[in-house]
Amino acid sequence: MEKLTNQIVIQKLSTQFGERISIPTEPYGLLTFETGKESITEVLTFLKEDAALQFNYLTDITGIHYPEKELAIGVVYHLHSLRSNVRVRIKVFLPADKPVIPTASNLWKGANWMERETFDFFGIQFEGHPDLRRILNVDEMTVFPMRKEYPLEDPNRVDKKDYFFGR
Amino acid sequence: MSEIKLVEAPPGIEGSGFFATSLDKVVGMARSHSLWPLPFATSCCGIEFMATMGSHYDFARFGSERPSFSPRQADLLMVMGTIAKKMAPVLRQVYVQMAEPRWVIAVGACASSGGIFDTYSVLQGIDEVIPVDVYVPGCPPRPEAIIDGFNKIQELVRNESLRRRESPEYKELLAKYGIQ
Repeated sequence: MEKLTNQIVIQKLSTQFGERISIPTEPYGLLTFETGKESITEVLTFLKEDAALQFNYLTDITGIHYPEKELAIGVVYHLHSLRSNVRVRIKVFLPADKPVIPTASNLWKGANWMERETFDFFGIQFEGHPDLRRILNVDEMTVFPMRKEYPLEDPNRVDKKDYFFGR
Repeated sequence: MSEIKLVEAPPGIEGSGFFATSLDKVVGMARSHSLWPLPFATSCCGIEFMATMGSHYDFARFGSERPSFSPRQADLLMVMGTIAKKMAPVLRQVYVQMAEPRWVIAVGACASSGGIFDTYSVLQGIDEVIPVDVYVPGCPPRPEAIIDGFNKIQELVRNESLRRRESPEYKELLAKYGIQ
């Protein structure tokens, strides 16, 4: 079997999905492309189950927030083919007022907690997730703290107030 | 041989075969030299406390021979380290389980004020959930500082009125934290 390279992965992806994925780039050698929420389940299934690719390991699911963009909320998947030691990064951007995306927990059991974490911090709704509730933050929290509109600092902090420093 | 130092008797009236003083002072003296601490250590301040407990600094010489890992038998809650908001109910529960009289010492910047962790997930000082008697500054404080804080607690214990825990001020303090 010939060694799996980014070029082969790109070729296979574009034959399979064509216009449904963006033109892949390779920042720092990491194959990266975007797709839509309609195609993400299909893309992930293909990458995982294709005999030549075998991206069988889900390294991470995380979120990102670009408030200035029209599609402000991003979901980022990192996959790793343990057989060929090749990695791929997939981004899906969603509107901030309705960040809904299908779950990956049917493909990888490990996606369960990753999606809960992404929901906890960014408020992304994973459709079909078996148990989508907060995982790290306190249950009473009403905001999604990694979104840019929420302050990082705790409002109860008093010892850093300006008047203590003559400002 | 090292000299053995005994605790000095509280001021009182002494004569042949008797010694008279107030109950407050005797109880205070006894309590202040047998405080059972409950170490609630979550991070690096806890490591400093381990050094404090070790043979070099020998925390036990102040009468804290027995660190209590059950709140029910502890007199002094030593909170050392960052308390995340998710940990706050646990800390409060431990405090509530302690029997009166109970004292609390916040060791280090995080337990006292949140320290460098000025963020949405960290409690900005444990005094948001439980009353604190002594704050020890430092990030982390050296064992000497922890011992100094402990001595301050001993001073409080020694001079505390036996009726303090029944006083309306104390009840109001607890009510402020929603305890009882």
